[in-house]
Amino acid sequence: MTWSEMQPLLSQACWDTLYMVGWSTLIAVVGGLPLGILLVLTDRGGLLQNVLANKVIGQIVNVARSMPFIILMVALMTFTRWITGTTIGREAAIVPLAIGAIPFFARLVETAVREVDGGLVEAVQSMGGNTWTVVRKVLVPESLPSLISSTTTTIVALIGYSAMAGTVGAGGLGDIAIRYGYKRFETELMWITVAILAVVISVIQFAGDYAARSLHRRGGHSGSAPRLRLLKPEEPATADVGKVA
Amino acid sequence: MITTSGLTKVYRSRGREVTALDGVDLHVREGEVYGVIGQSGAGKSSLIRCVNLLERPTAGTVTVAGQDLTALVGRGPRAGKELRQARSRIGMVFQHFNLLSSRTVQDNVELPLEILGKSGKERSRKALELLDLVGLADKAKAYPAQLSGGQKQRVGIARALAGDPKVLLSDEATSALDPETTRSILQLLRDLNRQLGLTVLLITHEMDVVKSICDSAALMEKGRIVESGTVSELLATPGSELASALFPLDGEATDADRTVVDVTFQGEAATQPVISQLSRTYNIDISILGAAIDTVGGLQVGRMRIELPGRYDDNVVPIGFLREQGLQIDVLGQEPVLLKEGAEL
Repeated sequence: MTWSEMQPLLSQACWDTLYMVGWSTLIAVVGGLPLGILLVLTDRGGLLQNVLANKVIGQIVNVARSMPFIILMVALMTFTRWITGTTIGREAAIVPLAIGAIPFFARLVETAVREVDGGLVEAVQSMGGNTWTVVRKVLVPESLPSLISSTTTTIVALIGYSAMAGTVGAGGLGDIAIRYGYKRFETELMWITVAILAVVISVIQFAGDYAARSLHRRGGHSGSAPRLRLLKPEEPATADVGKVA
Repeated sequence: MITTSGLTKVYRSRGREVTALDGVDLHVREGEVYGVIGQSGAGKSSLIRCVNLLERPTAGTVTVAGQDLTALVGRGPRAGKELRQARSRIGMVFQHFNLLSSRTVQDNVELPLEILGKSGKERSRKALELLDLVGLADKAKAYPAQLSGGQKQRVGIARALAGDPKVLLSDEATSALDPETTRSILQLLRDLNRQLGLTVLLITHEMDVVKSICDSAALMEKGRIVESGTVSELLATPGSELASALFPLDGEATDADRTVVDVTFQGEAATQPVISQLSRTYNIDISILGAAIDTVGGLQVGRMRIELPGRYDDNVVPIGFLREQGLQIDVLGQEPVLLKEGAEL
């Protein structure tokens, strides 16, 4: 194949991949963020403690996460057809991609939100804030750098999933690599696809890291007190001068 | 201003029960600085968290500014609207400051005002005013990570004052700070107490905190208040653990050929030459074993441990003389026979 033959194929495939990944990331964030926060809030000792709900959500998330994506995709075909009217094409691929990514992102959100110092939650409660205030003013803004990193991880994972979606007719870079590289031995095209994927993933990772780091630096977790607190949860840091004997 | 009665908190986890508060009766008067002191695990933290219902007491009532907060607790685990409103009128400062790292100093101070639903203009006016009050007007745009510990606590205090509270709860506010910074923060709390008429309830494990700013104090042990009162009442209480912790003195107890006596001076009496009068009047030799003079809660207080020759029975008259001078006398190794007037346990 010549470059002029490859070029339109590749640019269409790139666009398809970004389209699928873009939409499914958006849906994953919209769905996974509240789910992840709920996992923290409903946990034992959480603001909305509800052990049953926590177990149920946790179990659903676990099952959905451990399902191999290719099987999830096939299993969801009826659902996909019901939503988009087809099981082929990039719109159809968005459905299983998003559904696969929601629990993945939810777990990452859960981990990020758990990192937020409980003292901040207590502080907002002492000001008269309710649970929604805590979520809006503390949990989300304070875990934002981690949430951005989680989003980056999710995007990269979705690019991987989207290649699998390519095998069942979703289009995109994965589809090109399979159809031309695997089935027609167009090694050259396959390597170009690999290179494009590598560049796209690197750019996304770099942009995500940069955003997370600049937020981190601004907010700064360099203060010594929270760190010390993690190491020594109960004891006050000062020496026992003047203690009651 | 703050009254708790029969306050009890029991933690249950996996079948085990831990009693953190065991019937605590506390009475904090309006406009005073009240210190609760005790070691880790004595229940101080549970106590202060029960005052604004961050912890639900298992039994007992909490009244702040005439409002029974325990009555506002709904059935569910979440705080209802009335309780949240009541909390917004009680400021709280924390050992680890608990400032939002994602917000600037000014935005941190504005947070309680956002919760109260104040307009943007009003919020920034109030926040800048408060930052000026705590001496951090120039740091409004800085992030907490760029501040020192003392500055962070000042922001914490400014934030706690944003809702114009009548009561400030201080949870080991100086325990993460060095001695110098501790002094300046305590000074700030004292100034705010005087300027704004703010009632302050603080918990601490440092005697120096009680010594430097408290009008009243309570000693907590194993979930109970074992001693409480104004600082001068405590000093006048024979055998008071708090008083002897405020003024530690060394020396052996009374035995066959000597009598050891702790003399506590307060206010006027601190300036009288009683010891030399005693020596001249009764012609006895007095050795001073230890002495300390300090200012406690703005009051000049001295404590001295002296030794008189002879058994206690031989020294009843000179000791009576000291009591007549209005001094608080504790004879070591001798059970206190009479409680002085006004000395309540």
